[in-house]
Amino acid sequence: MKKKIVLVISLAIVMLVLASCGNGGGEKVYIYSYGDYFDPDLIGMFEEETGITVVLDTYDTCEEMYPVIKNNSASYDVLCPSDYMIERLIDEDLLSEINFDNVPNIKNIGDKYMEMSKEFDPDNKYSVPHTFGTAGILYNTEMVGDTVIDSWEDLWNEDFSGEIVMQDSIRDTFMVAEKILGYSLNTVDEDELKEATELLKEQKPLVYKYANDSTRDILASESAAMGVIWNGEYLYALELNDKLEFVVPKEGSQLFVDSWVITKTSENKENAEAWINFMCREDIAKQNFEYLTYSCPNVAAQALLDEDVLNNEKVFLTDETIDNCEVLKDLGPEGNELYSKYWKEFKAE
Amino acid sequence: MKKSLKFIYIGIVALFLYLPIIALVVLSFNESKSMAVFSGFSLKWYEEMFSNRMIMQAVINTFTIAITASITATIIGTLAAVGIDGMKSKQQNLVLGFNNIPLLNADIVTGIALLLTFLMFGISLNWGTVYLAHVTFCIPYVILSVRPRVNKSTNTLYEAALDLGASRTYAFVKVVLPELRPGILAGFLLAFTMSVDDFVITHFTRGAGINTISTLIYSQVKVGIRPSLFALSTIIFVMVLIILLLVNFLSKRGKEKVIY
Amino acid sequence: MTSKKALATPFMIWIVAGTIIPIGAIAYYGLTDRNDRFTLENVLAIGNSVHLQALWLSVLLALISTVICFLIAYPLAIIMKNSNFGKRGFMIFLFILPMWMNFLLRTMAWQVLLEKNGVINGMLEAIGLPGQEIINTLSAIVLGMVYDFLPFMILPIYNVISKIDDSIIEAAYDLGASTSEVITQIYLPLSVPGIVSGVNMVFIPSLTTFVISNMLGGGKINLIGNIIEQEFTVSSNWNLGSGLSLVMMLFIVVSMIFLERFDKTGEDSFI
Repeated sequence: MKKKIVLVISLAIVMLVLASCGNGGGEKVYIYSYGDYFDPDLIGMFEEETGITVVLDTYDTCEEMYPVIKNNSASYDVLCPSDYMIERLIDEDLLSEINFDNVPNIKNIGDKYMEMSKEFDPDNKYSVPHTFGTAGILYNTEMVGDTVIDSWEDLWNEDFSGEIVMQDSIRDTFMVAEKILGYSLNTVDEDELKEATELLKEQKPLVYKYANDSTRDILASESAAMGVIWNGEYLYALELNDKLEFVVPKEGSQLFVDSWVITKTSENKENAEAWINFMCREDIAKQNFEYLTYSCPNVAAQALLDEDVLNNEKVFLTDETIDNCEVLKDLGPEGNELYSKYWKEFKAE
Repeated sequence: MKKSLKFIYIGIVALFLYLPIIALVVLSFNESKSMAVFSGFSLKWYEEMFSNRMIMQAVINTFTIAITASITATIIGTLAAVGIDGMKSKQQNLVLGFNNIPLLNADIVTGIALLLTFLMFGISLNWGTVYLAHVTFCIPYVILSVRPRVNKSTNTLYEAALDLGASRTYAFVKVVLPELRPGILAGFLLAFTMSVDDFVITHFTRGAGINTISTLIYSQVKVGIRPSLFALSTIIFVMVLIILLLVNFLSKRGKEKVIY
Repeated sequence: MTSKKALATPFMIWIVAGTIIPIGAIAYYGLTDRNDRFTLENVLAIGNSVHLQALWLSVLLALISTVICFLIAYPLAIIMKNSNFGKRGFMIFLFILPMWMNFLLRTMAWQVLLEKNGVINGMLEAIGLPGQEIINTLSAIVLGMVYDFLPFMILPIYNVISKIDDSIIEAAYDLGASTSEVITQIYLPLSVPGIVSGVNMVFIPSLTTFVISNMLGGGKINLIGNIIEQEFTVSSNWNLGSGLSLVMMLFIVVSMIFLERFDKTGEDSFI
């Protein structure tokens, strides 16, 4: 018995040492981003080049990330949130200014996109764009038959009851209803929100599932006919199932910019900057685009891409489409609470 | 007639319990990433699993946490089980009542309560907070397994040893512990199992980059899970199966085994 | 004797740090607002129709799952008792083994199996039956609960039933009792402790789960567990989340007291 106990304890110690080897020592950078949001091979390349160890964690929606940063319950260095969340983090003084001397590759990011960023980061001090894009409807041409899909209202079409997938993220879900009603995506008018809630409730019986990134797989496996999804998923979805088609509805949509930012509490700020700089390098950005297929704001990388990809209006949006889109803004504590309240009400139905 | 009916009944329940497991095992050998179509046999997810650092780190985390937490819980719990026996019955009931709280409380409440406590005391979440949380919910299982073994005879033996001049430590290690051994072992295994399988409490108390197998799976389920995780659980499942079969085979036949 | 008591010291410290203080923390958050002022609002918020509905749905689904688990487990336990030794060990083995596969993965597997174009529908269609649409409905959640917690019903019931003396049952048959009489008059009363702990171990996790409803409900169904989890993540209103947790604890305590009445010795039959 004694021997066994000794054995178990020494085994535990060995495991501990092993674990701490994996974790311990050397320079590190803690990254917290959307799940599957860059090519995992890049981690190894970065580590080899810089000797900095990457610790990666992922979240599903920005709302999930926010309390962790707000309460500093876990300390991360680099985040990759969306526009409105960046605005909120800046407002609440949770981000630190980036030292662009350490990020020379910022020159690769197109001016157009830095301009877009000013919507939420007015002086371009805190964020470096990683991807941008819009939401639209991905549909299966065979399953929808002759129906023309070009409006958000098609998601309310009863012929496709049980074959519709909606987003499962407060702002993105409300966005669809707000666009149909002709309201701003950033409305905090309670009556307008109520109306949008009613509309979403009405749609609920028709919805197969509320999902985020898994929408792509559901559509690819033909378990549903249409779903709300980001244009960045289109190329990848097409690889899985060539009957899929993507459209940005005529009512307009949201324009999102997801950017790298550094937390206020970051203990490895220079490593974080090294990571951002690495991600902005043209060859890296190109490789990442090829993996992720979300439009990249890196013009130097765009120049390396094939003509037909670059001209694909579903991937690199036309200015016309962009003009028809709205960027999400942070709504302040009261606005957020209002959305939470109606979100819960809609979910309880 | 009656026998075959029983057989069918057990078969249906077993099928219900094993169907998802069979599906996972089959999909782990699937060539494509699709969950719906089996397009051909392939071992590539097994390769990917071993080369994926996040998965390997999660495996290491899961087992280091489970081993250290269950050892700590076993030590504290065993001492406590003996100690509680020395208390007056009123005191005993009170302490056992508190012991039952983590056991019967909802995981989500336990997890949240621990999270709030850590933050209130300014403890940033890390590997250590997960370890502390796991010890907390493991101790009750150890006490429940060990306590029934602490009875009159261990008491008498312990006191006899003291009378004969043994030191307290000596008496405890040489006299009490051997008596309690089966209970301790069962408690340790139970605690270990609970720790490995826990998701909710880890979910709330884990720090940056600390993933266990469960939290890694949860974060991937939403994005679209990769079959490499099926490969991982298939391997773990087969290992457990082999260990349990060996234990059963090596032990004497006819004796009813406590598998847990 | 006092020295013996001292052995429990580390445990006592742990109880204070790991159980009492955390519950205090939840109570503190639950009874204050964002500005640390005392309020009952977060607890009373359970009266809000959204929360009430979620709680009601949780209780309902947990009850249904518990009953189904019981109906499946009880005959199984009797069959196990009445089979011979070797088989008995094998059967316990058979029903415990699935618990060693990660529970999230097993639950997720149902998602794969039940998907509209999933494995089960594929099989049904292959033999010419119509596909079923279970996924993302209440039935899928109940199925998930029954699946995940069934072993927790089987084991405690079997534990108690296996200890019932065979001679009692033989005597009952000799005296002319029918099978149904044997079950209602002998098995059931004697297995109450096992049933009570089985019910406890299925009902409470079902009542409080958020994982199963998340994975199998398609984001359409909010149970009370989902609401609490979302207050801590998506809505980041920790005070409200804590207040609702307090209500949930109250619920657990009440249901346990209720069950305790049936059985004073329930504690011992815990596996």
